[in-house]
Amino acid sequence: MQQAVALSGSPATRRSSPGDAIFAGIARASGILVLLLLGSLILSLFIGGLPAFRQFGASFLWSTTWDPVKEVFGAGVSVYGTVMTSILAMVLAVPLAFGIAFYLTELAPNWLRRPVGTAVELLAAVPSIIYGMWGFFVIVPIMSQYVEPVLIDTFDGIPVLEDMFAGPPFGTGIFTAALVLTVMVVPFIAATMRDVFETVPPVFKESAYGVGCTTWEVMRSIVIPYTRVSVVGGIMLGFGRALGETMAVTFVIGNSDHINASLFSSGNTIASIVALEFPESGTGSLKLASLLALGFILFVISFIVLAISRTLLRPKLKV
Amino acid sequence: MSATTSSARGIPGASKDLNVARALGRRRHLTNTIVKVACIAATVLGMVLLASILLSLIWRGAAGISLTVFTHNTKPPGSGGGLLNAIVGTLIQTVIGTAVGTPIGLMVGTYLAEYGRGSPLANTVRFVSDILLSAPSILIGLFVYEIAVEPFGGFSGIAGCIALAIIVIPIVVRTTEDMLSLITPALREAAIGLGAPKYKVIVQICYRSAMDGIVTGVLLAVARIAGETAPLLFTSLGNLNWSISLGQPMASLPVTIYQYAGSAFEDWVQLAWVGALLITFGVLAINIAARLLLRRGK
Repeated sequence: MQQAVALSGSPATRRSSPGDAIFAGIARASGILVLLLLGSLILSLFIGGLPAFRQFGASFLWSTTWDPVKEVFGAGVSVYGTVMTSILAMVLAVPLAFGIAFYLTELAPNWLRRPVGTAVELLAAVPSIIYGMWGFFVIVPIMSQYVEPVLIDTFDGIPVLEDMFAGPPFGTGIFTAALVLTVMVVPFIAATMRDVFETVPPVFKESAYGVGCTTWEVMRSIVIPYTRVSVVGGIMLGFGRALGETMAVTFVIGNSDHINASLFSSGNTIASIVALEFPESGTGSLKLASLLALGFILFVISFIVLAISRTLLRPKLKV
Repeated sequence: MSATTSSARGIPGASKDLNVARALGRRRHLTNTIVKVACIAATVLGMVLLASILLSLIWRGAAGISLTVFTHNTKPPGSGGGLLNAIVGTLIQTVIGTAVGTPIGLMVGTYLAEYGRGSPLANTVRFVSDILLSAPSILIGLFVYEIAVEPFGGFSGIAGCIALAIIVIPIVVRTTEDMLSLITPALREAAIGLGAPKYKVIVQICYRSAMDGIVTGVLLAVARIAGETAPLLFTSLGNLNWSISLGQPMASLPVTIYQYAGSAFEDWVQLAWVGALLITFGVLAINIAARLLLRRGK
């Protein structure tokens, strides 16, 4: 490899062919094009959202008013919904994904590894609108008829939980959105965790088994400490997906402009409000600017999360 | 529970007292069994969810499949429409999006693997491409709305193609770079030794030996954009009539599913399920094909 790089990189011999210079130039220009693409994406969202930032100032970030009639807009409700659904989804998804990854790397018999692994990857490939439809037609009825009434009755009378699980059991809302997001991100996180777990040198695990450790002890004392940083990276990758997911959430979140303590109440996320309200906002209107400003906020949040994820994952794995 | 705790408690005691040792062992194995069962349960749950999605698609979608779906355009509720324009629209936008995005992604991947190894510019490009790979697709829709819809005064198929092409680029970049990096140096050295210029080495040697991997990347990109809804909402918008003009709003399966599934009309909801069935099995079939191709390459 070293030699090849040295040979092909030596400038004296390479400059002689004009085809080379052209090809290298195109390749380099394409690379710069990608940079420009992301740059102009940020810039266009920011410029588009500028009227809203000007009109409402920094309070746009936390104001919970969204009143299209009086033309007063704030990002508070959507930011709350975005962060709340995503965090809830991660709380549910991480143990599930860990279980699947653990099963795939340590427990599954060899003949099962490939089919189950492929099934998990296929689950990740299902388009998000299908998750939305599935959530709307399959999960929502189950939630409203069985799960939510039971949870509301169970937690009735317990101080904090009583408020978190309250209200009419419509089936849609923050909690259902988080559930559908969970199902969506589990395959992503599980596949990443599996790949990360497989980077542990077999000798480490074999020596632990050799001194009599059980499978779980090997996982806990060898595999997890060895892969800790990358596992967090994989979780952040799933978090980034959950934050920006549009179609799956739009179907089941119920779209409301208010924050309610109950997880069963309707809400919205940045992505869902943009998808739902965009068609009703005219070109050049303050509402459109506010939606673009929301897009800019979403971009900043997911950029930070994805950048952290990538930094943590890169050393172990090309993700 | 673990090896460290038992040694901290003092091995002499445990080894002398067989009862303590046995109790410890039982506890460790119990914990192990509980975790194993929980992990198997998690995996079973994952498989059940996949089965639930596929079965509900087949259950509700298969009932509505008929020739009309493929021969008629979308029509107002109650008049027996199909999905022809949506299917054709998805095909057109997916093909153009892939055709535009693939060469760019291929060149970027080539730059990262062959020219810019370790340079600051290449590292930045790789970072940005990774961010684009996972960036929320609805933001790409908003971006393309700003640059290709608003300035030109209307939603258009071409704007949809641009949005999809932007999604294709980072996927192709990733697989191309990975596949080119896997090629053995000996191949390159042999070609360089014969006096081939570098671009010929890349095009005639590297691309050929990485072909399976690169095609896999393109297939995965096709599977991804064929099911994308969010970036098309603000770009190609959707169209209830037959239109294959790129200057006009263009129908697509995912957007039609989105509009129909949320409607109150029985036959539209049924068509949405049919569309969902078609798009899911199409996407999964492409995915499986891509995997088989990659496996053959290995």
